[in-house]
Amino acid sequence: MINLSINGKTIEVREGTTILQAARALELRIPTLCFHPSLKPFGACRLCVVQSQTPRGYELTTACNVPCAEGMALETDTPHVREARRLVLEMMLARWPNVQAIRELADEFGITESRFSSESRDEHEDACILCLRCVRTCEELVGVCAISYEDRGMHRRVATPFDHESPDCIVCGACAHVCLTGHIRVMDDARREKGAPLEFPTGPTTSIYLKTLQAVPKVPVIDEDSCIKMQTGGCGTCFTVCEPGAIDYEQKPEEVEVDIGQILIATGFQLMDVRKLTQYGYGRLDNVYTSLEFERMLNATGPTSSRVLLKNGQEPRAVGIIHCIGSRDENHHRYCSCVCCMYALKFAHLVKDRTQAAVYQFYIDLRATGKGYEEFYHRLLDEGVIMIRGKAAEVVEAGWDKRDEGILLVRCEDTLIGRFREVPVDMVVLCPAFEPPYDVSEVGRMFTVSRSPDGFFLERHPKLDPMSTMSDGIYLAGACQGPKDIPATIAQAQGAAARILQLISRGYVEVDPIRAEIIEELCGGCRMCNNLCPYTAIEFIADKKVSKVNDALCKGCGTCVAACPAGAITGKGFTYEQIMAEIDGLFAKAS
Amino acid sequence: MSWEPKIAGFLCNWCSYTGADLAGTSRMQYPPNIRVIRLMCTGRMDPVFIFKAFQAGADGVLLSGCHPGDCHYQEGNFKALRRALLIKHVLKDLGIHPDRFRLIWVSASEGDRWARFANEFTATIRTLGPLHLTREAILGEASSSQAAHAT
Repeated sequence: MINLSINGKTIEVREGTTILQAARALELRIPTLCFHPSLKPFGACRLCVVQSQTPRGYELTTACNVPCAEGMALETDTPHVREARRLVLEMMLARWPNVQAIRELADEFGITESRFSSESRDEHEDACILCLRCVRTCEELVGVCAISYEDRGMHRRVATPFDHESPDCIVCGACAHVCLTGHIRVMDDARREKGAPLEFPTGPTTSIYLKTLQAVPKVPVIDEDSCIKMQTGGCGTCFTVCEPGAIDYEQKPEEVEVDIGQILIATGFQLMDVRKLTQYGYGRLDNVYTSLEFERMLNATGPTSSRVLLKNGQEPRAVGIIHCIGSRDENHHRYCSCVCCMYALKFAHLVKDRTQAAVYQFYIDLRATGKGYEEFYHRLLDEGVIMIRGKAAEVVEAGWDKRDEGILLVRCEDTLIGRFREVPVDMVVLCPAFEPPYDVSEVGRMFTVSRSPDGFFLERHPKLDPMSTMSDGIYLAGACQGPKDIPATIAQAQGAAARILQLISRGYVEVDPIRAEIIEELCGGCRMCNNLCPYTAIEFIADKKVSKVNDALCKGCGTCVAACPAGAITGKGFTYEQIMAEIDGLFAKAS
Repeated sequence: MSWEPKIAGFLCNWCSYTGADLAGTSRMQYPPNIRVIRLMCTGRMDPVFIFKAFQAGADGVLLSGCHPGDCHYQEGNFKALRRALLIKHVLKDLGIHPDRFRLIWVSASEGDRWARFANEFTATIRTLGPLHLTREAILGEASSSQAAHAT
């Protein structure tokens, strides 16, 4: 163990501990730029200098890469140290005046301007400051050495070999992650840097990632295919830096069987694929978005950090929002998707708020039925949103003139003035129809829940019981039962949850008296009824070699009663005796 | 009194019975010859009921259920369809005109459809004439003594 003192405080450390580690253990502030806890210290930035007392006077030494020695007496904040740091920061400021990391450190030390001027002055906010964290990460942690530094002196820069696309780069994004200025970015094939994305990425950007910032649970997950540790055994940095030790690379998917009494189906919805409606140009024309994509663009964690941008990086001058794409449509879905009018108004409000763009709404009817909705609509009229009552027929590119390049024309009939119009806009947002989710028929079959003609799950009663299904114990909530907005979904979900709790707390289930019952003595064990039951309510008792009906599952349809060759099943409420008597009664002679 | 067709109708509770009820509440006009028996599902339909109905005095039997795919109990109407096809064959073998039995699909909102089928089927049976399959019709027992026992 080594004893030393920093700023008068003594500390005992293990051999090999650097001065920086010792200072941090004492919670003393030493600024760094090129240091990274997972990388070997490099000593490039010279900001971490500290003063050490030597027999010949004082000596300035870097803290990040110098191991502690017995009897060292160090000071982190003497005039000499401050002057050294000031020199370094002024030199950096001269060369990179707008880099945020440098500015912050300069502010901390009271430096506002530099006495130097640099021939290689770079005014970009994301200039490379040659800390070389990226290069060191690629070599030490990732192990592929796809980038390195080249040339010397003032011309030193970070690059790939011969400036060609490196075949060794595995696009892990580690270099971009450790970069202090944002100079390195992971880009897609289109090499875009600014503007709205071509696709809205939903896949992982790094191997360990949070699916979204609103994920539940908000816990990172590791993508097995791109994780270096899982693929090669190297790296493992996330495990090293995780303080609670919450990372386990050995986890495998497991199937768990749980006994369930009641089920709440809340499988949601999907938006219609608007590529089918080719007249609106989605997927073919630039700057035509679906509402969900536009929502992502408006989000602060989205690809444009919530700015409304065209693909070329500029703000639109006019935005057209087209309602009822696929809804209220004889050719696609006849129903109204309920929420589009309101979110279209919300988009209009946000576009007006964030840009100078004119906003056009192409609608058939304005459905603003909830609390405060109509008032919000009037507010938008005051904000100057232009409402055109007429379904947009098509979206086309504007004419041959080069000045019109990129402009989209929305063709519609304005029924309030009785004229056809072509409205030039820069960006079009479509409001696609709500559809039941892609797996609705499988889920329906699994839980024997029927669907209404529009494809959504069928409720027991549209007015008196919209959250139950015909099967007891299976409930519906949310958009899987039909398009609805958030307050309605919450109300339905809470109601369904309350019904479930009610049954649980009651402790018993009332069974409908109309059901089937197998008379054991008559059953021949042919098992014909077993497969007929749509509710799998009939089971075969192997040791007695007879079938038995599960009272809780049987819905009393009577299919098994009619099918039983031995006549061993009684259909309570609709027995053979009863029906035969009815038939006799129907045709009996009146006296 | 001239002969009036006597038709037995087996209707499923959820779709056809409700649909027929709708026809009634909507004051749709259709002949009163159909006498309805309610079943929970057409899947409950045993071929025995059809033959019993003919034997009891029906001149025609109409079986009505939910549209395929819409059965309240998922698949009951498909079972009914299978049995109906079988019944048609057996009726032929028994010497009963297969048109005296018909399987139709009527949903809960299709009161007008029920009325239309009711009209059509009654007209069909009227054309086919009385069946005379009852015990007394075959054995020719004196109807007066039957009536005395019945009261």
